[in-house]
Amino acid sequence: MAAPLPAARAVANATGDAPSAPAREPLARLAQVGKTFQNGVEALRAVDLEIRRGEFLSLLGPSGCGKSTILRLLAGLANPSLGRIDWPATEHDLGFVFQEPTLMPWANVFDNVWLPLRLQGQSRATARPRVEEALAQVGLSGFDRAYPRELSGGMKMRASIARALATRPALLLMDEPFAALDEITRMKLNDDLVALKCELNATVVFVTHSVFESVYLSDRIVVMAPRPGRVVAEVAVPAPQPRNEDFRLRAEYAELCRETSRALHRAMGAEPAGGETGSQ
Amino acid sequence: MNRDRAIRTLLPALAFLAALAAWEAIVRINHIPPVILPAPSLIGATLVKDWPTLSGSLVVTLSITLEALVAATVGGTLLALLFAQWRPLEYTFFPFTVILQVTPVIAIAPLLLVYLTPGEAVLVCSFLVAFFPILANTSLGLTSVDHNLLDLFQMYRASSWRQLLWLRIPAALPYFLGGLRIGGGLALIGAIVAEIAAGSAGEGAGLAFRIVESGYRLNIPRMFAALVLISVSGVAIFVCTTTLSWLLLHRWHDSARRREP
Ligand SMILES: Nc1ncnc2c1ncn2[C@@H]1O[C@H](COP(=O)(O)OP(=O)(O)OP(=O)(O)O)[C@@H](O)[C@H]1O
Ligand SMILES: [Mg+2]
Repeated sequence: MAAPLPAARAVANATGDAPSAPAREPLARLAQVGKTFQNGVEALRAVDLEIRRGEFLSLLGPSGCGKSTILRLLAGLANPSLGRIDWPATEHDLGFVFQEPTLMPWANVFDNVWLPLRLQGQSRATARPRVEEALAQVGLSGFDRAYPRELSGGMKMRASIARALATRPALLLMDEPFAALDEITRMKLNDDLVALKCELNATVVFVTHSVFESVYLSDRIVVMAPRPGRVVAEVAVPAPQPRNEDFRLRAEYAELCRETSRALHRAMGAEPAGGETGSQ
Repeated sequence: MNRDRAIRTLLPALAFLAALAAWEAIVRINHIPPVILPAPSLIGATLVKDWPTLSGSLVVTLSITLEALVAATVGGTLLALLFAQWRPLEYTFFPFTVILQVTPVIAIAPLLLVYLTPGEAVLVCSFLVAFFPILANTSLGLTSVDHNLLDLFQMYRASSWRQLLWLRIPAALPYFLGGLRIGGGLALIGAIVAEIAAGSAGEGAGLAFRIVESGYRLNIPRMFAALVLISVSGVAIFVCTTTLSWLLLHRWHDSARRREP
C-alpha cells in the first residue's frame, strides 16, 4: 500500500520546493477506518487520512472506491465499523454539497440557503445578512426570491454551495458537485470555487472523478482504489493558490496530471480489480 | 396565445351545445315521448318547476359529501402523520384500512343501516371511500422525501418534529392534493351509492333518492334533472380541488408547470 507513495512525492518535490505549505494543524484524522455495510460490502479498509486546516484536499478514484463513504463518515451520517475519526479542533461546523443540487423545490433560494441557520434557531431577519452574504459569495445576489426550477443547473449548484456556506463551516465537504454540469460551466465554477476557498480560507474535501479537476483545484490529492476502498497514493500540488486559467497551460500542471493519472492507473492495476475503470 | 385559450374554451362549449341541439332535434323530429327520453328543454323546465324539492335534496347530498370529505381529509392526514412518525403503527393498522377500502361500499351499506340511521350510514360510506386515497397518498408523500435532504437535516441535527414540519409535510403536499382530488370525486360517488342502498325517504332525502323515486313514478324528466345536479356537483368538487391544488403548487411543482410553447 505504501509502495506508490514515494514516486508521487518525488514528483511533488521535483516541482520546486514548497513556496507555501507550512505545517498545517489537523482538522480531522481518520485512523485505520474501515466500513463494512450490512450487505457485506467492504467499502473502506484501513484508511488513514489527515485533513489539515485550510487545505483543499481531493479524493480521486474510480467509481465504488468509497469516496462518498468517506464524506458521509466525516459528516456523521454513518459510523465507521473499524478505527476512528478524531476531531482535534473543538468546533467543527460542516457544510455538505451533494452531486445534485438537492434544493427544496417548494422553497425559494433565500429559504433554501436560510435552512441551516434556521435549524440553528435563527429567525429570517437575523439570518438575512448572512444569507445575502453567502448568495453574494457564489454570485447569486438578487436571485433570493427565485424558485429552484427557475434556475439553470449551474445556478442551482451555486445555491447549493451558498447553503453549505451559510453557517461558515470549518470544513466543506463536496461530493462530485460539478459532475452533472457541462464543461464550460464546470470550469467557471471551478474558478469561482478556487477564489471562494482563498477568500474564506476554508478547508475543503472535494470528491471527483476527474484528474484535471483535482489537479487544478487541490493542494493535495488522495488517490483511492476500489474493492475494498483504500488510499493508495497521495500527490501534492505545490502551486500557489488561487490559480487561474494560466495554470492549465503550465508544464507543471501537465506533469502533475500525468503523474496523477499514472498513480490512478497503478492503483487500479495493483489488485485484481475486475470491472469498471474510471478512465481519464 | 390568447386566441389559443379562447379556442380551448370555445370548442368544448360549442361541442356541448351542438350535442344538446342534436338531442333536442332527435326527440322532436321522432316525437319521442318524455317517459322514454325527455328533451333537454323539458329537463331544464323540470329543473325549474321541481326546484323546491330538488334543491333540498341537492343541499342534503352536497352537505353529506362535504362533511365526509372534510372528515376523510382530517382523518386521513392525521393517520398518515401518525404512521410516518411511528412506523409500527403503520404495520399494525394499514391492513385494516386496506380491508375497508377493498370491500365495496354497496356491500357495507346494508350492514351499517342495521346500526345507524340512514343519514349517518350514508355519511359513513362516503367517508370510507374518500378516506383511503387521502391516507395512502399522504403516507406515500411523507415517506418519499429526497434522501439527500434527509441527510442534510440529520447533519444539521434537526429534530424529527422539524424534519416533519419543514421537510416531510411540504414534500407530501403534492401527493396529498392528488389524494384529495380522487377523494373528492369518490366522496360524492360514495354518498350516492350508499343512498341508493339505504333508500332513505322524507326530509333527509338526497339526489340519489330522487332518482330512485322518479324511476318508480316514471317521472323520467325529473330523473334526468336530478342526474344533472349530481353531475354539476361532481364537476364543482373537481374544479374546487383542482384549483386548490393549483394555488398551492403552481409556484414550484412540476405538475403545475406550464410548458413554454
Ligand atoms: N448504504 C449502502 N449500503 C450498502 N452498500 C453501500 C452503501 N453505500 C455504498 N455502498 C457500497 O460501498 C462501496 C463504495 O460506495 P461509495 O458510494 O462510497 O463509492 P464512490 O467512490 O462514492 O463511488 P462513485 O464515484 O460512483 O460515487 C460501493 O461498492 C457501494 O456499492
Ligand atoms: Mg459517490
